[in-house]
Amino acid sequence: MKIAKLLATAAMVLGMATAAIAQDKTKVGFVYVGPVGDGGWTYEHDKARQAVVAKFGDKVETVFVESVPEGPDAERVMTQMALEGADLIFTTSFGYMDPTINVAAKFPKVKFEHATGYKRADNVSTYSARFYEGRAVQGHIAGKMTKSNIIGYIGSYPIPEVIQGINSAYIHAKKVNPNVQFKIVWAFTWFDPAKEADAAKVLIEQGADVILQHTDSTAPQAAAKAAGNVITFGQASDMSEYAPLPRVSSIIDNWAPYYIARVQAVMDGSWTSTDTWDGIGPGMVGIGEISDAVPADVKAEALAMADALAKGTYHPFTGPLNKQDGSVWLKAGEKADDGTLLGLNFYVEGIEGEIPK
Amino acid sequence: MIRLEKRRMPSQVWTWAAPVVAVLATMVAGGAVFAALGKDPLVAIRTIFWDPLFSEFAFYYRPQLMIKGAPLVLIAIGLSLGFRAGIWNIGAEGQYIMGALAGAGVALAAYPLEAAWLFPAMVIAGALGGWAWAMIPGLLKVTLGTNEILVSLMLVYVAEKILAAMALGLMKNPDGFGFPGSRNLQQYPSATSWIDQAAGLHWGVAAAFIAVIAAYVLLSRHVLGFQIRLAGQAPRAARFAGVNTARLVLFCLGTSGALAGMAGLFEVAGPSGVVSIDFNAGYGFTAIIVAFLGRLHPLGILLAGGLMALTYVGGDMAQANLQLPKAAIQLFQGMMLFFLLAVDVFTNFRLRINLRGAA
Repeated sequence: MKIAKLLATAAMVLGMATAAIAQDKTKVGFVYVGPVGDGGWTYEHDKARQAVVAKFGDKVETVFVESVPEGPDAERVMTQMALEGADLIFTTSFGYMDPTINVAAKFPKVKFEHATGYKRADNVSTYSARFYEGRAVQGHIAGKMTKSNIIGYIGSYPIPEVIQGINSAYIHAKKVNPNVQFKIVWAFTWFDPAKEADAAKVLIEQGADVILQHTDSTAPQAAAKAAGNVITFGQASDMSEYAPLPRVSSIIDNWAPYYIARVQAVMDGSWTSTDTWDGIGPGMVGIGEISDAVPADVKAEALAMADALAKGTYHPFTGPLNKQDGSVWLKAGEKADDGTLLGLNFYVEGIEGEIPK
Repeated sequence: MIRLEKRRMPSQVWTWAAPVVAVLATMVAGGAVFAALGKDPLVAIRTIFWDPLFSEFAFYYRPQLMIKGAPLVLIAIGLSLGFRAGIWNIGAEGQYIMGALAGAGVALAAYPLEAAWLFPAMVIAGALGGWAWAMIPGLLKVTLGTNEILVSLMLVYVAEKILAAMALGLMKNPDGFGFPGSRNLQQYPSATSWIDQAAGLHWGVAAAFIAVIAAYVLLSRHVLGFQIRLAGQAPRAARFAGVNTARLVLFCLGTSGALAGMAGLFEVAGPSGVVSIDFNAGYGFTAIIVAFLGRLHPLGILLAGGLMALTYVGGDMAQANLQLPKAAIQLFQGMMLFFLLAVDVFTNFRLRINLRGAA
């Protein structure tokens, strides 16, 4: 009990101390789930961190810890950052949710930003991107480009964010190519080049000539390149080193504007707990350059769709859409609401296989 | 000419000097790596080994060392019994997972019941879960003569699949909006293993200390301990002395499995809280290093577990404060076992330097 009090007191003292020096330097911590060199998810978060440094220069100090396991280690790393005077901490993986909430309760003066979660507190905001908008564009290109009509999909974990992506890609591939078939492999990891490469190889052996991935490394790109005649899309990051083939386009997570805005808010004292879910429009999701391997008309259609998504004139989940079991999900013209999407746990009609349980 | 000469008896001095020399060699070689990365090696070494214990915020890090070290020590104690007898349980990671699932299963089934018997029942279930998982390689070995190294290791991957299936299905939090992962047992008063969270005290820490004492008594005072040591040092002599090998195999695998299972249970009911897809963080494998670093001796394991925890906690601090890459920290931890194995040569061999050339 004594130590609990000590911790609380230290937190309070630090809170006051950091408030006092906040004018000259804001300290921002980042907790990463993968290595900064993963070329995907964590790489983009770290690029956004660098953008924060570039924007604020001497007024900001950033620290990060990479490859932090989702569990007690994450809690320790966050506490450490808070103890060492961080004013704002970005925790950039779904599995950091409970640790973030726990640590935030101990350090009420420190602000926390948790990516892709659903638990908030007075000093915890959440933020995520509407990746499924990018998936719609990918699905369109994939449906047009496939010759075998088999599209392989490497899933990470069967969580709503990933299932949104699968459904969105499938709907838009099916729309332009009624014969298209999805084969889905679950890797149960965000980052494991060996497993991801294996998954890609299995899918290619099963006849897939398009590989979509929701994992963070470039290993599937390399596997597709080695196989030849297979196209891929960059995930989280542009992965342009694999352009023009196999990588024909990409979904880019652009966290920089959000991070800069949140750091600015802490500096101004205007930070409040918010829930942000932005897509192509505000620039949080970017469509990487569509390479020349894609026919010009397909490219034009894809860009037009991205434009409509950005303007909000088109929603990827617009009825009529049925669930996998054939029951009605959305009536003609009806759009999916955010609540359903955030808890999405079913495939749309036409996708074979089951979501792992 | 330099040559190695086999000692008639393993050197007592080197048995205990080897880990110390290995740690010092790791500091030197690790320091060189840090220097090559452009960091001050002395500051880096100080951050890893000194700051968690004595820096400004040590009041927070010291309890964290116990949290990080407890599962390592608990698992390593179990493994050391088998390792001494030449029985190689490499699958503690799987037993750790199965123990956590069995124990958490009891709690999740009882939710939201508050009862004093719940936590003891979870501990028993956790131990049984780990024990049962270890019995598979054990029974296969004594009945069919299979290799327990391969079977126990392969079962880790099976356990990981079961873990994923549980986190996504049966044990998924019904109030979790469809996201994988169970209810948080930290927030379930009857089920949590925490005694005092800020002090780093949970029942796993207590169990680790009890296991150290129990193993010490077993090995030095009990006939079973004698048999374990005998079976490892002289298997033929052990058979002549009437040691029942099959029983010994089952005892060693069963005990290490039960301890690993309990470690998993204490972790899932405390520091981790949630049955999630990648709940296991490699404790079962790291414990193998801890067991050898601790010379398979209970007190040695206690020290080695603390040291390993230090490199984790300090390693994360070095990352945040000095921006050392994670890979450098992992390299540093790996070097410790590497140097230990290298220095261990001197336990069994004597270095002979003959300056006059070949005799």
